[in-house]
Amino acid sequence: MALLEASNVVAGYGETEILHGVSVTVNAGEIVTIIGPNGCGKSTLMKAIVGLVRIKAGAVRFRGKDIARHDPEQIVRSGLCYVPQSDNVFPSLTIRENLEMGAFVRTDDYRGRIEDMLRLFPDLRRSARQKAGTLSGGQRQMLAIARALMLDPALLLLDEPSAGLAPVLVHTVFERIQQINETGVAILLVEQNARESLRMSNRGYVLSGGANQLDDTGPALLDNPDVGRLYLGG
Amino acid sequence: MQRVRSQQQTQVHASESATRRFRLAWSPGRLTVVLVAGLAALGFLPFIKMGLVVNGIILGAIIALGAIGLTLVYGILKLGNFAHGDYMAFGAYVAFFIVDGLLPRIGLEGAGLGPFTFGVPVIVALPLSAIVVAAGAIALDVLIYRRLRDRGVSTAILLMASLGVAIAIRGLVQMIWSGDTQHYPRESRQVFHLPMDVRVPPDSIFVAVVATLLVASVYLLLTHTKMGKAMRATSDNPALARVTGINTKHVIWWTWAVSGALAAVAGVMLAVTQAQLLPIMGWKFLIPLFAAVILGGVGNPYGALVGALVVGVSMEVSTQWINPSYKPAIAFAIMIGVLLARPRGIFGDARE
Repeated sequence: MALLEASNVVAGYGETEILHGVSVTVNAGEIVTIIGPNGCGKSTLMKAIVGLVRIKAGAVRFRGKDIARHDPEQIVRSGLCYVPQSDNVFPSLTIRENLEMGAFVRTDDYRGRIEDMLRLFPDLRRSARQKAGTLSGGQRQMLAIARALMLDPALLLLDEPSAGLAPVLVHTVFERIQQINETGVAILLVEQNARESLRMSNRGYVLSGGANQLDDTGPALLDNPDVGRLYLGG
Repeated sequence: MQRVRSQQQTQVHASESATRRFRLAWSPGRLTVVLVAGLAALGFLPFIKMGLVVNGIILGAIIALGAIGLTLVYGILKLGNFAHGDYMAFGAYVAFFIVDGLLPRIGLEGAGLGPFTFGVPVIVALPLSAIVVAAGAIALDVLIYRRLRDRGVSTAILLMASLGVAIAIRGLVQMIWSGDTQHYPRESRQVFHLPMDVRVPPDSIFVAVVATLLVASVYLLLTHTKMGKAMRATSDNPALARVTGINTKHVIWWTWAVSGALAAVAGVMLAVTQAQLLPIMGWKFLIPLFAAVILGGVGNPYGALVGALVVGVSMEVSTQWINPSYKPAIAFAIMIGVLLARPRGIFGDARE
């Protein structure tokens, strides 16, 4: 059984429909990348899955349970965590407080988990008392991912984790994503750095105009000449 | 292109260094002590009366109780609550009802406790009134503001709704308790005579102590409890708070509870220091509240505290030269001045 199964999702903002029936599946332990041109609905799909954008038709099943039209709070509680593309940390809270907020729904002792996160992202440990608003772009991205991992999710949704980062950092972020995946967390990500992202992905989807265009294994999409020409810059 | 990028970099840089400065300067307790001392030092200037500065600090303490609640609600709900002054007045009247109507039935009466003009009943009524107004503020959110939010209305509509609530509360107060002046049972007391011709009524000391304890409690709530941190997180970014799993409904209830309770206490303190209650007392207090909030940077509770002390002292000291009935005009002038010169308040807002 698939971990996440979104089928024929129709969603949008107000009267404007952005997704006209998109289907995406993620199996346990996989890395899945969604690519596509700007405005094709990649971010909207992410937001629809986590409950930030209202789903008008279609179904989203997570661990076999229908979560379409659930509140984001409920969805997060069920083990599906999400990192938005921008504004993904609480700037006036310290790093440690950001991590504590990531554990908001936990009622057990989560201090050990904070330590785990600070070990995974040593950059953050050095400045744990610093306000997140003062961090650099790369550190912010790491903190946002660490915050989402506080609940020990089964699936992590990442919306363009490498956006706006220097090339060196892009590589580090992808390395971290693979590390996280190796601990058993399935990952669904939207990426502009399609080439590097597909290289580490089990599978990939190409969206266009709010609909599925193609789906295949990561390497196969990389080798597909059409995909190369249209979405990977030749 | 090159220039655009370098401009952006400077901006990022400037905002980062502003944050750092703010962080270094702000050890909240210390800064408040320094600020109060600084304001008090004004009283040593030959042309400013120390007595007025002291009165201003007391007035500032009352403004702070109201302004902190007002700024928290704005930060988390994006609602400029025009009814906040009337929450204060309502709190003062609820306390009056408890002191005048309820407590005498169980034999609790009296005034002139020790050096104070009021008695045990007012002290008993204070937390009770805070609970009533906190519950009332939550009820109004459920009845009115939540419905509007769910419909996704603009902040202007929310603001007008709060104006309606303000008028309704004032009308209710007038219906129940009449528009005549009321007062808590009181006995006159000697004021303390201090050096430099400063005369402090003992009641003012009570006000200062209560305000200090409450402001410190709010600080601890915001920095040391899970719900307080969640309130700050929601104020930073409500959508991110939701996908982080923060129960924003509870956050909103807590915000109204804190804001309502502080307003009620501020109202009682105002009624004690003015030695009277009037239905219009809260509405008239709204301009100093907003002036303090805007001066401190909207949504910033520590800023509201600083703003309140500055506004309070400015209002009192101004009476040395101009007619005391123009005190609210001073607050208004401060508000307009800040909006023109530094719309984000004296600390700026390093977040954006």
